[in-house]
Amino acid sequence: MEIVLFWVLAVAAVVFGFLVFRLNSMAQVTFALLASFLAVAGLVLLLGLGYLGAVIVLMMVIEMVVMAIFMIMYMMNPAGLMPMAMYHNKAGSMAISVGTFVVLAAGILLVDWPGRRGTPPPDPTVALGEALMGGQMLTMMTLGVVLFATIVATVVLATDRGRYDRLGDDLRARRADDPAGGGVGR
Amino acid sequence: MTLELFLLLAAGLFAIGLYGALSQQSIVMLMMGLELMLNGVIVAAAAFWYFVAPGGTDGQVLVVVVITAMAVEMAVGFAVVTALYRARQVDMTDDAADLKG
Repeated sequence: MEIVLFWVLAVAAVVFGFLVFRLNSMAQVTFALLASFLAVAGLVLLLGLGYLGAVIVLMMVIEMVVMAIFMIMYMMNPAGLMPMAMYHNKAGSMAISVGTFVVLAAGILLVDWPGRRGTPPPDPTVALGEALMGGQMLTMMTLGVVLFATIVATVVLATDRGRYDRLGDDLRARRADDPAGGGVGR
Repeated sequence: MTLELFLLLAAGLFAIGLYGALSQQSIVMLMMGLELMLNGVIVAAAAFWYFVAPGGTDGQVLVVVVITAMAVEMAVGFAVVTALYRARQVDMTDDAADLKG
């Protein structure tokens, strides 16, 4: 049963991953990527990591829906009504990626991997939580700071007009330079 | 299910993502390629945890780190696309090659 499930999910992950770069419609592309992520989440669940599998499912569903909005915003041909080919250096990319796969596969098959040490804890989620709040606290704090920096950086990058555009480089302009007046006119 | 099978799957996902990241002209599609590469890393980390060191938690922590990296990559990527598009109406990598040496 597990083996059948593994093969189904593995093939699904690869096929949907490949379809991402083959389909014409942006909406279909986004949902193909989502399907690939869900298959990987299934594999993570299959390995007994219930919490991480659930996190991947929840995060990727939200992320791909947000992504679909951006795709339709920025890209031509969102509905896939005409064939689309937006590639550069297709042959070179294919050669590099196939070469990478061959090298990785050779390493995977040739290396003498160490045997299994230890057994999974009865509740891996508890073990993960204790690690993150104990020995891996530094990792968790770094991730927190990185996420906060991301929030600040994305807001700064995506802002159209910041305070320096409105009030000058020294922020001393008497009136904000706004394209449209607002407020009560004082 | 063996470690090798999981790692081969991870390598396959990584290679497909690499192909996309290298060949796509649209910046958004390029980011999809990067996400697929990280997707492969998740599979590999989870497989190492299960098949090599299930007693420890390092594999699980690595999955957490990769998931965070995916979220950060996506958020910053879209912010950069937004800034670039606002400045120059560009959404293709070929039009944003100013730093190409």
